[in-house]
Amino acid sequence: MAEVEETLKRIQSQNGVQGIIIVNTEGIPIKTTLDNASTVQYAGLIHQLVMKARSTVRDIDPQNDLTFLRVRSKKNEIMIAPDKDYFLIVIQNPSD
Amino acid sequence: WVCGNWEGLTVLGRMEIVHVYTRLRGEFGRQCLFSDRPAELLVDVPPDPRLAQDFIQKNPRDQALQACRDMSEHQVNTERFESDSCGINHVEGGWPKDINPQEMEQTIRYRKKVEKDESYVNSLLTLGSVMEHCIRQNNAVDIYQEYFEDEDEVEESPEPPSAKTINVFRDPNEVKRTVSCLSWHPDGGKLAAAYSCLQFQRSSRDMSLDSYIWDIENPNRPELTLKPASPLVCLEYNPKDSHTLVGGAYNGQIAYWDTRRGSQPVETSSVEQSHRDPVYKIIWLQSKTGTDVFSASTDGQVLWWDVRRLSEPTERLVLDLSREGNLDRALGAVSLEFESTMPTKFLVGTEQGVVVSCNRKAKTPAEKIVCSYDGHHGPVYALQRNPFFPKNFLTVGDWTARIWSEDIRDSAIMWTKYQTSYLMDACWSPVRPSVFFTVKMDGVLDVWDILFKQNDPTLSLKVCDEALYSLRLQDNGRLVACGSQQGGATLLEISSGLSTLQKNDKSLLAAMFERETKREKVLEARQREIRLKERSRSEQSREGEPGREDADHGPDQLIAKAQEDFYVVTEMERRRRDANQQPPTELEDVDVT
Repeated sequence: MAEVEETLKRIQSQNGVQGIIIVNTEGIPIKTTLDNASTVQYAGLIHQLVMKARSTVRDIDPQNDLTFLRVRSKKNEIMIAPDKDYFLIVIQNPSD
Repeated sequence: WVCGNWEGLTVLGRMEIVHVYTRLRGEFGRQCLFSDRPAELLVDVPPDPRLAQDFIQKNPRDQALQACRDMSEHQVNTERFESDSCGINHVEGGWPKDINPQEMEQTIRYRKKVEKDESYVNSLLTLGSVMEHCIRQNNAVDIYQEYFEDEDEVEESPEPPSAKTINVFRDPNEVKRTVSCLSWHPDGGKLAAAYSCLQFQRSSRDMSLDSYIWDIENPNRPELTLKPASPLVCLEYNPKDSHTLVGGAYNGQIAYWDTRRGSQPVETSSVEQSHRDPVYKIIWLQSKTGTDVFSASTDGQVLWWDVRRLSEPTERLVLDLSREGNLDRALGAVSLEFESTMPTKFLVGTEQGVVVSCNRKAKTPAEKIVCSYDGHHGPVYALQRNPFFPKNFLTVGDWTARIWSEDIRDSAIMWTKYQTSYLMDACWSPVRPSVFFTVKMDGVLDVWDILFKQNDPTLSLKVCDEALYSLRLQDNGRLVACGSQQGGATLLEISSGLSTLQKNDKSLLAAMFERETKREKVLEARQREIRLKERSRSEQSREGEPGREDADHGPDQLIAKAQEDFYVVTEMERRRRDANQQPPTELEDVDVT
């Protein structure tokens, strides 16, 4: 439990990190550093995206699986690390 | 059947059986008396086989029978039902049924429960480490950065600079004369060459007086012959009107041609009013009428003419540095420079090695001569301002080429080292500000790129065996024409590396010129300081010891000392040359103090 906190704190302290959200497979945000409205929005939208991405990868090659997803936009980058039961979403502004 | 005695009749045929029953009136109402009697055959109808022929026998016969209720079928189309597909953004999704998403407590409790779950902890630790790696990666390097986006045109032609000869235009006459001046047609397809013999009293009687205009595609025959009264030393196309040319002759006259009117000059200036020495340079001026020229000659005068009226010059300037207009003390002009962006100023290069800057629009003739630049040991054969940096000009004379800045009077800001043979002509490239060309008396054409290399020419070409006297670049910067002593004008094409403007050329060259100018300014200031100090020191000492200093520096002693120094230095040089068997590349300046 404490290690989880520590990990999250470490991530939060990195350069440019704007927010962290942890979502479970049902789309419920477990932990978040952003406000509720944004969290819910991110959770809902990204959940669908990850499902789609994962199914795409597996359709092409059933032995394959999605390990990481990066969505780079003009203003920032959304990084999603999917797992069997949970996703970790980090929004970063790559300052360089 | 009621039996009774009757007399009945049977009618057959119509199968009508009639039975008549009679009763007496008086017996009505009596009771019926029944009696038995045996059966009586009344009718017998036998089958008639003839009737069977009216019928067709059908055997077997299928007949469906249904014993159920009657039903009927009927189709009906209902009204269209419109359906639309759209997504719904769930505000809160996925909560298990027992938890009300609006209730903060319940959701928090649920969340806390999940957080305690072991699988949650494990998976989050792995996810965390993966994520951290990517975050750090982002911070370290911008993985989408565009590298080298500005330099997609970096094909800095690795080819070495080169030039190739395209054509040689030879003097068609028997007695060969020097090509003393070349001028390109404003559109570039033609070259005008002035032929004369510049060596003193070397011209023979049967030397032709003609000068030619060549079409660069046809080296066999000149396109047009110009027949002046005396050989032309210089020749210029009118940059505004490509049919007219003006030429300065060996006897000092100016002549004006129109190529549409043939070989004879349209007009020639009168002998009395012209120069008294060969006209070494003539240039067209920028004027409204486009008919003004000015010419320079070694008789010390610069004359302005209007080509419509060549009987007398419109203006006259004597190159006397003491500003008295004294022709005896005037310097002979050998080259002239005029830049259309500075229409009132012009530069004159003299035989004495001095470049004089003049202002045409000065109020008094004395003010016409603004200043002079002293730098060469011999006549300044060529003089040209840099087309991109008009404040800097190139001069060529003795064995060096020098670049000057207008502001520094005492010395050039940059100069080449002393070459092995005399430089006769030079010009800047019209496209690349840092490139200039020089021709030498050993027949070599040098291309200098001062941004690339300053000690040596970037390209050195031996064009011919005899001396090269004149040089001219076409406006596109690629074609170079040089004229030799034996009357051959060679046309060369320069490689693209030297004739295309590079991106940073101008700024780099501007920086270079500024740097050199500053250096010279600093040196000048220092010199002035030293001189001031010396003067003050000599004044002081003069008060203390009158007369002694003067005696030491009398003119005779100076000359003797100079002679001595000279012999010493030449002796050293000669010894060194014998030892190395190599021509020295630098002559040492003899410092006379």
